[in-house]
Amino acid sequence: MALLDVCGISDWVKEDTFSSQKASVDRVNHFNFAALEPELAVPIGVDPAEFLKPFTDCEDGVEGVTIKLKHGTTTLAFKFQHGVMVAVDSRASAGSYVDTQLFKKVIEINPYLLGTMSGSAADCVYWERLLAKECRIYKLRNKERISVSAASKLLANMVANYRGMGLSMGTMICGWDKKGPGLYYVDDNGLRLSGNMFSTGSGNSYAYGVMDSGYRYDLTVPEAYDLAQRAIFHATHRDAYSGGTVNMYHMQETGWIKVSQEDVGELYHRFAAEKK
Amino acid sequence: MISAQAYGGNGKVKEYHYTGPVEHKFSPYAFNGGTVLAVAGEDFALVASDTRLSEGYSIHSRDSPKCYKLTDTTVIGCSGFHGDCLTLTKIIEARLKMYKHSNNKSMTSGAIAAMLSTILYGRRFFPYYVYNIIGGLDEEGDSETYKQDTYKAGGSASAMLQPLLDNQIGFKNMENVEQLPLSQEKAVQLVKDVFISAAERDVYTGDALKICIITKEGVREEIVPLRKD
Repeated sequence: MALLDVCGISDWVKEDTFSSQKASVDRVNHFNFAALEPELAVPIGVDPAEFLKPFTDCEDGVEGVTIKLKHGTTTLAFKFQHGVMVAVDSRASAGSYVDTQLFKKVIEINPYLLGTMSGSAADCVYWERLLAKECRIYKLRNKERISVSAASKLLANMVANYRGMGLSMGTMICGWDKKGPGLYYVDDNGLRLSGNMFSTGSGNSYAYGVMDSGYRYDLTVPEAYDLAQRAIFHATHRDAYSGGTVNMYHMQETGWIKVSQEDVGELYHRFAAEKK
Repeated sequence: MISAQAYGGNGKVKEYHYTGPVEHKFSPYAFNGGTVLAVAGEDFALVASDTRLSEGYSIHSRDSPKCYKLTDTTVIGCSGFHGDCLTLTKIIEARLKMYKHSNNKSMTSGAIAAMLSTILYGRRFFPYYVYNIIGGLDEEGDSETYKQDTYKAGGSASAMLQPLLDNQIGFKNMENVEQLPLSQEKAVQLVKDVFISAAERDVYTGDALKICIITKEGVREEIVPLRKD
């Protein structure tokens, strides 16, 4: 298709392995260590998402072999008069097993940029680390920090190349640049939206409920901390795949600060005591 | 009772064959069992694994440990599909050598973990079916277990080991207990106890336990027999 060609996105389904010009030494294999561009190995001639299905879904899987990609999260971010609030939970689940309750779902790209992670842990960690590398290279080449808009665009374009191959990533890029506070939602389809309030992950609907009922642009800083924390807490309470601790960051003009990291069990007792 | 329909007119059993197309599925993966465990303390790290290699209902080997020594300060435990474990450790060892030759020093535990992350992601669309845990000491001699917590179990019996470690090392779900730091002797004893329990209830775990104890003096190994049934 002409449009596909112009965009430079190759339709791997149509690639015929026999007439392909790439010799086997050029394809990504075990020993391509010096590759300048990170290349991901793909099983030849097979739809990667279909190939992985039998091994990730239990129903038609091979006995005993289930590669469970880590999913399940609640993250949120909103802009208000004093900057951007970011709050995330910290549970990483593999199927129904809780792999860890202390997973860092916010990646600190630089003192003025944060990225949140939801969806598959491997995809988020890898692509956001790659984004951090690109942001650093930008700063070295251009002698100024990258804007939030450009950083989120870089991430969106990186994953758009792998569209349809089964990546799972929903992230929010938050920062403060020359235009002020910035908040973008980027996901694995290459969707990129600028906005004032986002929540992602399996528990996002619960977080939206709490956030929407308490949100005003002119919140004070302690009110904003409380709102963000409550929203994540309530999501962890009702969503089985969210839990652990609530990690909160506040993006200010002078950069981000880590506000708190509190276990949801302790938060439960605190909020329950308030009700009395 | 033999159904009358199975017999044709002349009394012989009718033959049935399926004559349509048959789909054969090739699975590139197999599950070879095994459990790995790593614990990090103040000035030591332990990586332990059982030594049973199984497939389906059979045991291929009773002496196939899953801990691989990478450097004097780092050990990795890999269980899952044995073919991928072998290939992965081969690639890690090659990369370690390349690093050593170009940088004139060994890779630190943290760097190995970061490198492993990118090696594994390079196969995002055709994954290595391996559960990895890296245990080691960093430059100052303090220890790190590269899965964020200071103790982690992986492999077939991980869901049985992890909650017990959460309670005994992390003091989770306990109140009013004195939270003493973990000593090396207590850690080794705990690992032995925990594997003995896992061997009771997990069919893929047993035969023997190999513990690699990493301190600033180097890596020491201990082998403990487990149930062979």
